[in-house]
Amino acid sequence: MVSELINANPVVYEKKERRDRGGRAVLDEYAAEPIDQLEIFDHIRDIKDPEHPYSLEELKVITEDAVDVDDQRSYARVTFTPTVEHCSMATVIGLCLRVKLMRSLPSRYKVDIRVAPGSHATEAAVNKQLNDKERVAAALENPNLVDMVDECLAPSYA
Amino acid sequence: MNFEDEDFELREIQRLEGHTDKVWSVAWKPATGINGVPAVFASCSGDKTVRIWEENSTGSFQCQAVLEETHTRTVRSCAWSPSGKFLATASFDATTAIWENVGVDFECVSTLEGHDNEVKSVSWNNSGSLLATCGRDKSVWIWEVLPGNEFDCVSVLQGHTQDVKMVQWNPSMDTLFSCSYDNTIKVWVENGDSDDWHCIQTLGESNSGHTSTVWSLSFDASGDKMVSCSDDLTIKVWTSKMQEWDQNSPWKHVCTLSGYHDRTIFSVHWSREGIIASGAADDAICLFVENNDNEVEGPSFKLLLKKEKAHEMDVNSVQWNSGDRRLLASASDDGTVKIWELVRLSGQKLL
Repeated sequence: MVSELINANPVVYEKKERRDRGGRAVLDEYAAEPIDQLEIFDHIRDIKDPEHPYSLEELKVITEDAVDVDDQRSYARVTFTPTVEHCSMATVIGLCLRVKLMRSLPSRYKVDIRVAPGSHATEAAVNKQLNDKERVAAALENPNLVDMVDECLAPSYA
Repeated sequence: MNFEDEDFELREIQRLEGHTDKVWSVAWKPATGINGVPAVFASCSGDKTVRIWEENSTGSFQCQAVLEETHTRTVRSCAWSPSGKFLATASFDATTAIWENVGVDFECVSTLEGHDNEVKSVSWNNSGSLLATCGRDKSVWIWEVLPGNEFDCVSVLQGHTQDVKMVQWNPSMDTLFSCSYDNTIKVWVENGDSDDWHCIQTLGESNSGHTSTVWSLSFDASGDKMVSCSDDLTIKVWTSKMQEWDQNSPWKHVCTLSGYHDRTIFSVHWSREGIIASGAADDAICLFVENNDNEVEGPSFKLLLKKEKAHEMDVNSVQWNSGDRRLLASASDDGTVKIWELVRLSGQKLL
């Protein structure tokens, strides 16, 4: 990248230990298992930050607690915290989260993505854009943006 | 029609598959579904195509044509000219295509270029002499329809501060309405014959307007009432003294319908006989009618029915056919279009 990094020296945190979700005794292997907070966190924790070789989990952009889920209502909400207040990458990070969840969750799911209150200078604008499906659809037809998103979602990193 | 003492049902007539991506919009061809003319409508999609559907003699719909290889990105919306001879399609590829309908064939006869990027909506005026388009570049364009399939841009209207989601002409006079991501609705009129269009009113939060993106608007048959819907989860009804034929007469907020949808409301459409349909990201369709119980406090509206789980995903567009049967078409992210008929709960048809 030619331009200066927005946050040149981000704090990098330890990854959380991976918990095994299969600990429960399998009584009926065909019984529907509700989607929970950890399952959604597992889908998004390894997304690469758009400008650093670290995962969103390592940068504490997302945590398990930042995921709200109500499987019965088919609803999930992810609240992320950009590393700096003026992060111009916030919309790209949000787009990555949305695309990953679109690909991972059943289509019945409604997903809201937002930045943590007080964590971004243009919080309302970022939230509005990330939750406007027409803008998201248009962004996903932009080859440059799609390349950027795909790079952050590349499984090789995980 | 009296909606007071009857229970109604929105009955699913047909579920139409064919599009391979979300269906953004549907538009009924004028003067079809009436006087023995089979009902016809167009649907457009993220799959870059437009499909034309026609009712057969048994009352079920079949895909009659697929309009493809013209738009290179999502086709966001479509609109028939009042004569039904032309279909205009607005695309994220920054163009608006004009298709001429000859028999069962559709030929692209013109491509309108000018917007910087995504075109989101297109609307013909009542006489078919003017076309309006709008898009992400925050502008509204007015095109004059000339002989020989020529379209001449007569005005580019700047005023919205964010992308313009929809344009719609008033059905009784050449007044243009636009609604936007900037939370407002703007009203545009021409100055005399000077081709100079300007904004005469902005309906925003200070006029009891919406507090988030306004996605869609629609007029009642007379053109003196308007309904709008928004990301703020409300539907608002507006009125003007347009019956006095004064284009500059201001629009006023009449009432706000809230608590019926719990996610973004993408589409509203007012039927000729006064039923408002709404479609939203909660997968539901609601129908509202004017409530005559309370004349003292002015017009109000009440829920006629709510169809939960109308689609498996977001409902992007709802449109009434203006013909003999109370047919409603709905388009969804689930890739399908559904045809519904409004019937009495007893099963008896309305006519």
